[in-house]
Amino acid sequence: MSTSASARPNRWTPMDIAQLVLGVLAVGAAVATMWAALVYARPATNLAGDEQLAQRIFYVHMGTIMGALAGFIVSFASSIVYLITRKLDWDRLCQAAVEVGLIFGMGTVVTGMFWAKPTWNTYWTWDPRLTTATITVLVYVAYLLFRNGIDNRQTRARFGSIYAILAFSSVPLTFFSARWFRSIHPVVFGNENPDAQGGFDIGSTMGTTLGIAMIGFIIIFSALLVLRFRQLRNEDELNELREELA
Amino acid sequence: MATTMATPLSGPIQALPPVQMRAGGGLASFLRKVWAVAAKDLRAELRGREVFSSMTVFSVLAVLIFGMAFDLRVPEAKMVAPGVLWVSILFAGVLGLNRSFGAEMDRGTLPALLLAPMDRSAIYFGKVIANFVFTFGTALVILVATFFVYDVDLLQPLIFAGVLLGTLGYVAVGTIFAALSASARARESLLPILLLPVMVPVFMAGVALTAVVLDGGGLADVTNWLGILIGFDLIFLIVAYLLFDMILEEV
Repeated sequence: MSTSASARPNRWTPMDIAQLVLGVLAVGAAVATMWAALVYARPATNLAGDEQLAQRIFYVHMGTIMGALAGFIVSFASSIVYLITRKLDWDRLCQAAVEVGLIFGMGTVVTGMFWAKPTWNTYWTWDPRLTTATITVLVYVAYLLFRNGIDNRQTRARFGSIYAILAFSSVPLTFFSARWFRSIHPVVFGNENPDAQGGFDIGSTMGTTLGIAMIGFIIIFSALLVLRFRQLRNEDELNELREELA
Repeated sequence: MATTMATPLSGPIQALPPVQMRAGGGLASFLRKVWAVAAKDLRAELRGREVFSSMTVFSVLAVLIFGMAFDLRVPEAKMVAPGVLWVSILFAGVLGLNRSFGAEMDRGTLPALLLAPMDRSAIYFGKVIANFVFTFGTALVILVATFFVYDVDLLQPLIFAGVLLGTLGYVAVGTIFAALSASARARESLLPILLLPVMVPVFMAGVALTAVVLDGGGLADVTNWLGILIGFDLIFLIVAYLLFDMILEEV
């Protein structure tokens, strides 16, 4: 526990070092991603005008998807571990992952909308991916509201974990039902969608940029996750101390 | 032995056999316990008439209000009937699910239920059966109301099958969420927020299935939607069975 840190305030714990390293890496990753997306990547060959400009949002869009995905997978896994071990740290990790994942999830939806307006000429359409992403964001907003409604710390952790597991289980089903909702016939896995609009061929610089963006956003996600996790841990510690004093 | 002799609890109490909270007894015994919980809820409903009556009245109201809302702009009632059917089922269902554990909390009967010598999952399945009876009964009322108000032929076997499977999945998730939210602050408003986003697959599959059948589709056209509903039912009944023990650990 971090009590050792409060006992010897001048000593660096491994957690402090991890936080510093990740923070520095995250700043570097953000700069690298922006440079690659705006400068390094060459424009798409088949697009022009607004679509050409908007196409560069794609790198940030894919990055935020990675962050959101990582957040929700970490929350699912840490919920299971919490229910087995009953160590509150896992619940804190779950909450931190959901909160950080939610920021990236909302980023995914918003960047998607910015890209969709010039490309599809609408901010919103009932595309399965859009629907699923938005519903998933709402599921995890509900998770945070639900946690807030429970006073007992252990109960909050237990119920939050149970909800996180159930919520995560519905995401793939939401995706498939949304995918089939538009047409009666099911889509075969990996089928190229002939109706896709605004697509572009990925050149070599674009592929590299995509790789940089995805790795970069995972690093940013990890840095935020560690920060938020430690914050939640401190918060619990503070509350415990407050109860002792009261 | 010498140490136990010194405690005041020695003597006749020690002679009692240990209490078996999770008494075994095989599947038949488990099903009897499940039925005991379900019968308790159904009997309470028959005597009190709290839940089912408000669910059905609400659902008929919802169908009428949707009818008024769409009357001006929608050329054909067939276009909105599937949506009205499923939205009404979901919203009316929340009313019943809220009472499922809410009533136990209000009356303080949940601890008594937990004292019963049985596996906690028997409580879950018993509640699922009771909630299923209420919600499916309400769904049938909605089907009949939509049939008359919208003049759309919803009374078809495939739609019945879809409503049956959809309702089962709905109460499978709804019962566990009702148990979760029962001890939270503002549980009445929290339950729909927890429940509705998770129910999206059931909602979409149900609406699509109903619409396809209304447009004259047969069994072959709706197998993927029935598949989604069956998959949803199975996944959530199993996950809920695994997790339900942990909800009622302490009250």
